Order: sequence, then C-alpha cells, then structure tokens
Amino acid sequence: MTDMADTARHKGSLLVQDARTVKRNRAEARFKMYGIAAITIGMLMLAILLVTIIGRGAGAFQQTFITLDVPLLEDKLDKNGNRDLADIKKVSTFGYAPLMRTAFEEKVAAIGIETKLSGKDMANLLSKDAAATLRDFVLSDPSQIGQTVSFTFLAQSRVDGYLKDRVDRDNIANDKNISAEQLDLVDALIEAGSIEKKFNLSFITGADASDARPEAAGMGVSMIGSFFMMLVVLALALPIGVAASIYLEEFAPKNWITDIIEVNISNLAAVPSIVFGILGLAVFINYMHLPNSAPLVGGLVLTLMTLPTIIISTRASLKSVPPSIRDAALGVGASKMQSVFHHVLPLAAPGILTGTIIGLAQALGETAPLLLIGMVGFIASNPPDSIAEGLMSPNSAMPAQIYEWAKRADPAFYERAWGGIIILLVFLITMNAIAVLLRRRFERRW
Amino acid sequence: MKDNTNAENAVSTNTVKIAARDVQVYYGDNHAIKDVNVDIEDKTVTAFIGPSGCGKSTFLRCINRMNDTIDVCRVQGDIRIDGEDIYDRAVDPVQLRAKVGMVFQKPNPFPKSIYDNVAYGPRIHGLARNKAELDEIVESALRRGAIWNEVKDRLNAPGTGLSGGQQQRLCIARAVATEPEVLLMDEPCSALDPIATAQVEELIDELRQNYSVVIVTHSMQQAARVSQKTAFFHLGNLVEFGETDKIFTAPEDERTESYITGRIG
Repeated sequence: MTDMADTARHKGSLLVQDARTVKRNRAEARFKMYGIAAITIGMLMLAILLVTIIGRGAGAFQQTFITLDVPLLEDKLDKNGNRDLADIKKVSTFGYAPLMRTAFEEKVAAIGIETKLSGKDMANLLSKDAAATLRDFVLSDPSQIGQTVSFTFLAQSRVDGYLKDRVDRDNIANDKNISAEQLDLVDALIEAGSIEKKFNLSFITGADASDARPEAAGMGVSMIGSFFMMLVVLALALPIGVAASIYLEEFAPKNWITDIIEVNISNLAAVPSIVFGILGLAVFINYMHLPNSAPLVGGLVLTLMTLPTIIISTRASLKSVPPSIRDAALGVGASKMQSVFHHVLPLAAPGILTGTIIGLAQALGETAPLLLIGMVGFIASNPPDSIAEGLMSPNSAMPAQIYEWAKRADPAFYERAWGGIIILLVFLITMNAIAVLLRRRFERRW
Repeated sequence: MKDNTNAENAVSTNTVKIAARDVQVYYGDNHAIKDVNVDIEDKTVTAFIGPSGCGKSTFLRCINRMNDTIDVCRVQGDIRIDGEDIYDRAVDPVQLRAKVGMVFQKPNPFPKSIYDNVAYGPRIHGLARNKAELDEIVESALRRGAIWNEVKDRLNAPGTGLSGGQQQRLCIARAVATEPEVLLMDEPCSALDPIATAQVEELIDELRQNYSVVIVTHSMQQAARVSQKTAFFHLGNLVEFGETDKIFTAPEDERTESYITGRIG
C-alpha cells in the first residue's frame, strides 16, 4: 500500500508543476508582493514627506530685501556734532525712523514712481528690524554720519509673503499691515530692481525674533543651545554608558540582580521621553535648583534619555567581539582588565561610536522633555552674546525652536518652522551618515 | 590507579611537572570530570585523547585555570605545578597563565601586527627593558614558533592576514614569548590542512626540548606521532594513562582498545 502511494506521488512529469507546487509558488509570489507593496508605500510616504518639508521650508532660506540709500543726517543722529559715542547712543531706533522715510521718499522720486503713500507708509514696507540694523551700523562706525550709505534691509513679512505668493491682493482687505497701494509700490520697486529675494544667511545663524518681525527670526541661537546640550550629553552619557556596559558585560556576575538590571535598562530605553522631562524638572530644577531653560539641565535630561541607548549598543558591540580574542589575551597572562581595555574595547569601538552618534542624533531631535524644563527660551540677541553665556543661561534648542514657531499665529513663522525642520534634518542625516561611514570604515572581519 | 603507577615506573628520567589528584569538575549540576589523577612530566609531550565531550579539553583548561572565566564551572581536587597548588587562594590566575601558556583550537591572533601579537605578552609582564630587548624576545619567539623566516620581512603586517597554519604558529610563538614552563594546546591542528598540521607537529616535537607540552587531540594518529605519553578520557574519567606506544599497541582497558580500534567514539 505504501508502495502504491509512493508511485502515485511521483507519477507526474518534472516539466509539469503539480498542484502543490503551483500553490506553494503562488503563496511565495504573493508574500513577495506584499513586501514590495509595503516598501513602495513606505518610500512613497518618505518622498511625500521630503517633498512637503522641502517645498514648504525652502522658502525660509530666502528672504526679501529692499535696497535703500540712507542719508545719515547729522542733525538727527549727532546733534552736538562731536561724534561722541555716548551721545549717539542716546538716539533710539525711533530716532532713525525719519531717516528711513526720507530715504524711501527720495528713492521713489528718483525712480519716478507715482504713489499717494506717505513716507511713513512707504517705510512700513521695511522690517521693524531695519531701524535697529541702521543704528547698529552707525554705532559701530560713527564716522559715517553725514554720508549717504547704501543698505540692504529686510522687507517686512507681508512683502516677503507677497513675493513668495503667500500674500495676495484678494485677502489683504482686513490686513492692517499691508494695503493695495503698498503692494503697487512693491511691484514698481521690484521692476526697478530695488526689491529682490536673496539667500538669507541670518536664518541659519541668527537669533529668534518677536512676533512682530518674523522676517528676522533665525535658528542660530537654538543651534548653539542644542550644541551645548550635545556637549553635556557626550561628556556624561558616553563615559558613564561605556563604563556601565563594560562592567555589566565583562565583569559583573550573571545572576538575578544583573538580570533585573538588564531588563530595566531595556525598559528605560522604551520610556516616553516626556517622563524623563518631568523627572528632570523634579530633580534638577525643583530639587537641585539648577536654572530653568539652561542647556546644562537640558543636557542632563537628555543624558538620562540617551544612556540606555548607548548602554544597549555598547553591550551589543562588546558581545560581538569573538570570545577567542578574550581567551587569547587571558592565555598569555593578561588580566581581565587588560584583556578588555587592550583588546576587546578597541575592537568594539566602532560599534560603540555608532551607537553613541545615533543616541546623540536621537537626543538632538527630542522636544518633549525640553518643554517641561523650559528649554524654549526666547533669545533675541545674536551670537556671540549667546555663546558667551554658555551652559547655565537660558537658551532654546532646535526642535523646541521649531515647536515655538509652529505655535505662532503669523504664517511667516510657519514657513520658518518648516525651514527649521530642514536644518534639523540635515544635522540628523549628517550624524547618521557619519555613523554608517564609521561602521563601514572600521568594521573588522574575523 | 594502577595505570598511574605503571606510567611512573616507565619514565624515570623526567621529573613530574604537573600533578593532579582527585580532580572533579562540575558545570552546574553536570559532573564533567571525575576523579582524575595524572602526573605530567617535564620536557615531554602528553596527549589527551578521547571521544567528543569526554572532558579532555575541560581538564586541560583546569591546568591554567581558564575555567575560572566560566561562571557555572567549579573545580575540586588538587592540581600542583612544581609542587604548588594552583587552586590555592593565594594564586593569581594571571600569574599562573604567564607560566602555563595556551594555544587554542582556532588560531586566534590579535587583530594587530605580527610583531605586536608576539610582543604583547612580554610587554604586559615587563619582560623587556627596552625596544632592543623586546625585538630580541619577539625574534626568538618567532624562531621557536618556526615562523620567523616566513614573517621576518613583514612584522608590521596584520597577524590576521596570515594563512591558518601560519596563524597557529604565530599563536604558538605568542605563547612561548612569555617564557612559560608548560604549554597547553587544545586541538591546535583541528582547523588546519595536512601540510600546516605537519609543520605544527614538527614544531611541537621541537618545543619538547624546553617545555612540558600537553596537547588535546581528536586525531589518534597525531597523538601517536607527537606524544610520548597518552591519556585516554572517556565520559569524564581518565581511563588509561601511559607510554604512547603502549596505549596504542597494548592497551590495558578494553574501552581504550575499543576507542583506538574505532568501535566507540
């Protein structure tokens, strides 16, 4: 009977697939298709995400500028005529406003544009930052008073929005920041070449700005805040994490206590970051009385968050060093510590480095814990002021700055939030690329 | 045991280097080595043979306390080298391992230069006062490892770039560089081709001039070729120990005979 069954099974030709084979092959083909479909959807989403981010954020790197020849009138800026810096400082930015008006009126007259606008309305096309820019220039070089100097000022955000198609003539009826006449003037000035869109470096290097002048806001200061936090994280999390991993992996006895520690480290890696934020608030600020909004506190909180990542990746790379290397070192009479530090650690270093960089990248993009410890400081003073203030003074961080901008009402900030995301992504991608390169470069084959 | 007395009678010229008495090894609840008594002589090659899992490697690793690195492993009994109990509380295994070198089954050079591979032991034990002395130690170790002529022009090349047989001889050179008195070899030829095996076996024969060599091997031919004494392990017991010639030609225990003739193992 078994013989008969066997012959029945092998009866068909090999050139013709039997029903079972056909079914199996179909199942396999179906499974492959599911996989390809999943990956395609993923890639599509990624593409949409990138296109959206770049499409909306790229505008933030360009800004509208107005070129003006400003006469630095002596009777307005230095009434005594002695170029005494103390006297010149007494003139506030309001004192510079008439200069702008005059400059604008002269400009319009020179080009020959017909407009009913007053000088004040014309000057409103400039950013509220323009007077401050002018004042800074005069204070830095008082000898220029009496001359006529050509400036490139930021245009106010509505003008910028008009050039970027964010503001159009149909929906400005209720907008008290801009009128149709002003837009006519803008059109005329564009034609004359006095208004143009240019790359705006100060978006990358500058400080945040108040709600009234989104055109002046930049990521620079929050980048410094993030940089300080990363320094703290690197200085604390790397040595503590690596030391803890080496002890746990190489020295600690394997018993229920170390098992519990291991489980808890894995659990910590999965704890929501906002929990670390509230822990930081309770311990570092309320109990230890460290200052609010300081990069030091942010760094400490992010250290707590990054430690499990570093410990897990370090232990994995220590584990991947073949035991034969440890045997070899012990075999020639090296102590445990010598075998670890002379042989195991150097071999695990690329993996440790990769894990650390990925941990840092994760910390760099973390927002929630920073909100709880107030790392959303509004810093409007430009570097190097904010650099000098260092670890203990209030600052912001890149993701927190993006969050702040996204919250604000003016759509001009919305664009800057997207632009900030581009900068943050560039950092993250760079860090991850470095991690991948290091791994490729130093990966060892046994 | 009767076998032991026979062995002691048979060799009178060499002194006993390693003396093991009632050695028991446990892996957790598993009794891996049972009541092993053996005397290993100086300037002799002693081979441990036996089927897989018989405990020969485990016993070998007791001699330089490499088993200490395994958490669940417990060793009882008495192992003496030159009359000193190596499991005494006062003994630091690190010092012991400088005296008892080891060569492993798989060639395991450090992923460093050939020079650094050999120089590592002398460096950490402070055997050289300066670079010239270290160079000398490295050269003599590589010569004793019978690999000097092949690598003398590329001492800075990575040790992992050598062929399997060369790597194993490099590992032997590394082991002898620390001036050990005993060399333990755990199946040193199992990962090598026949030509490399022949070279290593020749080397083992030369090493006998200076060291007490203990070699674990799966190959009975190899045991017959290189060793003067042979110990046969079976299921954690030392079944028979004696002159190699005698073990292979006229074994006393029937288990030994079965193994040698291929009926067990």
